[in-house]
Amino acid sequence: MNINLTLVIQGIAFFATAWLVMKFGWPHIIAAIEERQKKIAEGLAAAEEGKRALASASEKQDQVIREARGEAAGIRDRAEKEYAAIVDKAKGDAIAEGNRQKAIAVAEIETEAHRAREALSKQVAELAVKGAERLVRKEIDAAAHKQLLDDLIAEIAK
Amino acid sequence: MHELLTRVAEAEGSGAMTAYIKHHLVHWTLKVGDGAFWAIHLDSVFFKALLAALFLFVFIRVARRSTSGVPGKLQCAVEMIVEFVDGLVKETFHGKSKLIAPLAITIFCLVWLMNFMDMVPVDLIPGAWMKAHELAGHDPHHAYMRVVSTADLNTTLGMALCVFLLIQYTGIKHKGVGGFFKEFFTAPFGPAGAPANLLLRLIEEAVRPVSLSLRLFGNMYAGELIFILIAVMTLGASLASASFWALAPVQLIAGFAWTVFHILVITLQAFIFMMLTIVYLSMSAEHH
Repeated sequence: MNINLTLVIQGIAFFATAWLVMKFGWPHIIAAIEERQKKIAEGLAAAEEGKRALASASEKQDQVIREARGEAAGIRDRAEKEYAAIVDKAKGDAIAEGNRQKAIAVAEIETEAHRAREALSKQVAELAVKGAERLVRKEIDAAAHKQLLDDLIAEIAK
Repeated sequence: MHELLTRVAEAEGSGAMTAYIKHHLVHWTLKVGDGAFWAIHLDSVFFKALLAALFLFVFIRVARRSTSGVPGKLQCAVEMIVEFVDGLVKETFHGKSKLIAPLAITIFCLVWLMNFMDMVPVDLIPGAWMKAHELAGHDPHHAYMRVVSTADLNTTLGMALCVFLLIQYTGIKHKGVGGFFKEFFTAPFGPAGAPANLLLRLIEEAVRPVSLSLRLFGNMYAGELIFILIAVMTLGASLASASFWALAPVQLIAGFAWTVFHILVITLQAFIFMMLTIVYLSMSAEHH
């Protein structure tokens, strides 16, 4: 194994290769790798951010739904109350109206009855006068016995 | 297995086997002057240059087209290695350096590619080379070709010396000239032990490139040699001979097993070379 000029040539060739790699190869590749690493890091950060945003949005959504539910319940309660009130009022009105109608009817009936009784008592008085005429066979002087007759009518009407 | 080998050697004549192994271990050499030093191993230089060009082509192409959006499959593969190396460098080297990570990935990929040439069937490229020589009218026995550049000490030592120089450069850059040379005399025993410090430091500095280069070289040389020895099993055997039928399955299994195991070795050696470079550079950048 002899050492000769090859040594120098191989040394220079090796150094030249390393120099070319340093000058034209390595920096480009390292730059590309580092830039990609940065991109990936940014992408991951963005994904994390997105996840966080999603979480907060869904929380907000939950809150909105909760609020809407509460509001709906409130509206329903109010509606029920109002409904009950309307029904109550209608019932009251109906009863009042019924009573009124009944009172009118009762009053009418009473008036009718009164009138009928009056008419009846008038007829009874006439009949009584006619019966008395026939009984005494003599015409009673209506004017002379008016007091008597009125008493009689009042008695009958009672 | 050894017995079998011996028997084969006896049968075929050990001369042929020795010649085959020796032929496989000679570099395609260009003499450029007098003396042993003035020669160039053209095969080592060629395959290293070829693999470096392949690596640079793929790496720089991917780098130029790299996007921070959705990466393609090739970009993904390159980025995987880049991130792996970058992670190692960031873990080990705490200073700031534009050089160390590209240097580390160059070492890892280039050494791995050169080591991987060991996986190419051991006779394929040298055989083709010999054939080409024969067709060109030359003597094929003088057509030498070794495809594993890292099994050449020149390659590994050349790289290790580069790393050595970079270690010194990093030291001076991070500590200043004064601080760098002061450390020779003050660490690790303090100013009182200056001579011991200097001696220790010089040994330490000298040992690093030597161990770095010899480890890789030794592993790859041994690996290549074992592939050659496995190939030798049926060297020159004819289909009629019994030894062929006895040895061919052994060769097949041994070749497969060693190739599988070698995948681990080549990767591990590339990793060790890179890791030690990072560690040495980070050590030289830190104050003692």
